Amino acid sequence: MSEDRIKKFEARRQQLEKMSDEQLKNRFWELCDQIVEPMVDYGKKYTSQSIERSVLLRMGIDSVTSQGVVSRINEAGLLGKGAGHVVLKVSQKHKVDLRAAAKRINEDKTALEGLF
Amino acid sequence: MKSLDIKKKIDIEEILNDLENYHPRRKGWTWRENVDGGYKVEKFHFKEMTKPLKNSVPLPAAKYFNNIDPQPQPVITTEIASGRFEDDIRRMRMAAWHGADHIMVIRTTGQSHIDGLLEGSPEGVGGVPITRKQIRASRKACDLIEDEVGRKINFHSYVSGVAGPEVAVLFAEEGINGAHQDPQYNVLYRNVNMYRSFTDAASAKKVMADAGIFQIDGAHNANATAKEGWSVMPELLVQHGINCAFSAAVGMPKSQIGLSTVPPCAPPAPKIWYDLPYAVALRDIFSEFKFRAQQNTRYIESDIEEATRTHVIDTMISSLTSADIQSTITPDEGRNVPWHYNNIRGIETAKQTLVALDGFKQLVKIDRDGPLGEMVRDIKERAICFLEEMVESGGYFAAVEKGFFVDSAKYPARNGDGIARDGKGGVGAGTIIERDADYMAPVCSVFGHIHLPAGLKKPCDPIDGCTLCKPEKIAYIDEIDQTDNCNLRLAKTVEYRKGKMIKPEAEWAGDGTVLIQLFVPEELEVARVAAQEIAKKMGLLDPEVINAQVMHPSEGTFVEVKGKVDFAIDRTTLKIPPKEVLLSEEEIREGIKKIGLKVVAGTVGEDEHSVGLREILDIKHGGIEKYGVKYHYLGTSVPISKMVDAAIETGADAILISTIISHNDVHRKNMRKLDELCREKGIRDKVMVMCGGTQVTREIAQECGMDDGFGRGTKGIQVVNSMVKLLKAKKRI
Repeated sequence: MSEDRIKKFEARRQQLEKMSDEQLKNRFWELCDQIVEPMVDYGKKYTSQSIERSVLLRMGIDSVTSQGVVSRINEAGLLGKGAGHVVLKVSQKHKVDLRAAAKRINEDKTALEGLF
Repeated sequence: MKSLDIKKKIDIEEILNDLENYHPRRKGWTWRENVDGGYKVEKFHFKEMTKPLKNSVPLPAAKYFNNIDPQPQPVITTEIASGRFEDDIRRMRMAAWHGADHIMVIRTTGQSHIDGLLEGSPEGVGGVPITRKQIRASRKACDLIEDEVGRKINFHSYVSGVAGPEVAVLFAEEGINGAHQDPQYNVLYRNVNMYRSFTDAASAKKVMADAGIFQIDGAHNANATAKEGWSVMPELLVQHGINCAFSAAVGMPKSQIGLSTVPPCAPPAPKIWYDLPYAVALRDIFSEFKFRAQQNTRYIESDIEEATRTHVIDTMISSLTSADIQSTITPDEGRNVPWHYNNIRGIETAKQTLVALDGFKQLVKIDRDGPLGEMVRDIKERAICFLEEMVESGGYFAAVEKGFFVDSAKYPARNGDGIARDGKGGVGAGTIIERDADYMAPVCSVFGHIHLPAGLKKPCDPIDGCTLCKPEKIAYIDEIDQTDNCNLRLAKTVEYRKGKMIKPEAEWAGDGTVLIQLFVPEELEVARVAAQEIAKKMGLLDPEVINAQVMHPSEGTFVEVKGKVDFAIDRTTLKIPPKEVLLSEEEIREGIKKIGLKVVAGTVGEDEHSVGLREILDIKHGGIEKYGVKYHYLGTSVPISKMVDAAIETGADAILISTIISHNDVHRKNMRKLDELCREKGIRDKVMVMCGGTQVTREIAQECGMDDGFGRGTKGIQVVNSMVKLLKAKKRI
């Protein structure tokens, strides 16, 4: 342990010694809340293939089909729109149900063109 | 589906039938029901026991307490995952009967690195591949089992790895009641990229929150991993704090968030000096959250009894502090994948301890004025300093890169053996994608910026309902692999489950596994090899020593060997002794009255045991006196000749002897001697002779010349029933 870290720990501890149990508890949660803020932001601003497949599952599309659909949407650079959004657009454009739209994305390379 | 019949095995094929149309009948977690004013049963007024079960197996000693089976307040967990869910279902039923209402299924090895859902029912290794089919069948079975025992069962698995959001949706759709979810676990122990892990976790937690799935974190893994589990206590608080704060920030109610906490130390260390301050510090800081108290696994060796003793102390700490869920560890975890009956042993350890310590806190109080208060304070202060250093170092992600976590030294000391992860590395690195300004997801329970069209009542309106609102929309896949599925496995075991063949099992139907225990009067290394050889000669296949304990370096070793038998027994060839049908009390009384039945009774030989026989005789214990029998009790350590003389003197119709000591087969010798002496004196035709004792059975007694014999747990009525039947057979009444 570096000298610097020991000194800092001791200084921090001195501050804490003055606090009541309730104040310690509040300090603990204040720091935890502060630390998790950036992670919560990531959750709001970003998505992943797993998140998008989980959306498709909720749209009634099976897990095997969802794998292919999300891969294709990702390859086409459209994952930022939301896979559910893309499947919905395809379904509206071709007037087919969601499962048929998903199938079309897997089978027809042009299915993702000109949607947005 | 028909409800379960207690007298029949659960029908797995019937559960699998029409599975594609099954939907869970409820969602969310269920706690046990408290009894207002405490639970009153027999002569006891329990302070904290909950509503009793409709059907259960009570603790072994319950027979002395009119078979009461009080159910403690915490939900009791058992982990069942043998790799074949179809066999696990049978174990779940056994576990529920012993008091488990939280059944946790561990995933097969490697599932956390599979980027997507698995389907079908392939066999697992060290756990079960979590698929829609496997959890749906298990949940459906739990519905039947909970109706049978009369208490809701919480079914549980894991939302972690790189497919977390999908698994969370699967669980929400299938009515899974509880799940582990902790992005730190992915980062530290599964090397999933940290940004991916937290991004996915926010989505998964939102789904879990809305489906009422109770969440358990993964912080306890730090004390299972660090070299000195008890040194990482400040960090454990930090890890719990991060997952709790993160979960709450994404919208999970605090009442749905549980801490997975393990007493970190074990004997021969002075466990309580580490575990109690830790438990108290946690409960102070996390008072708004729930506690899932786990038993220690870090120090489990192959000795089942040692594990059990540590687990009793762990559970006592739960009673002394608090636990909403008491998890159990099977005591054989240190030597093999848990076996059926060791799940039951774990559950009974928790139940027995919690029942014994009912209302503990009304009797003893934690003394914070002494050293405990200082130790509690020390843990909290170190945890806060840890958090402050994290902030100073640039936050969570930077701290992970610098190896802050799972360092085995006590903070702030560092041994440099912490787990450091690169933000640009790990499984799934570089796979998160920024949402566009027009990102949209037309389903419920999505976390983050969704940009739905204005004027919607529900997010899933554009698709006329998502699977969370309309379960009939769920896409069900039955099997993908035609060479690895439960149908093939079930076909192989049908004769053991539904046919007439009987084979012992530890994990799976028909596995043939048995355990033998032996004392070998040799030193450890010799004993191990000798024991294996003995098992081979006994005919066991694949014998393996799974536990060996030195009794003395040269005098001998206790050894346990597991192996398999390759035969099965045909049930139809077994001669099962018919169950005795008792005469009615009236018939018995009438018969006794007719001849004015008299007996002499005593404990024979050099044997001072009197309780058992007195209970057979005395009216207050429902003994033979109650039915009109006159008895002459001669006491204990009575010579056989004295018993016979007394019978002649009093004109007794029967001699009842008790013989508890069975050393050198003395019980058999006493019975034979009684029979012989009665013959010598010419009274054997007139006098009935019967014997009772813990090592006595009807067969042994009759073999030794007795008219009947009675073992452990016999009641007076069984003895008079036998005498009256014999008198009738002899046409004396």
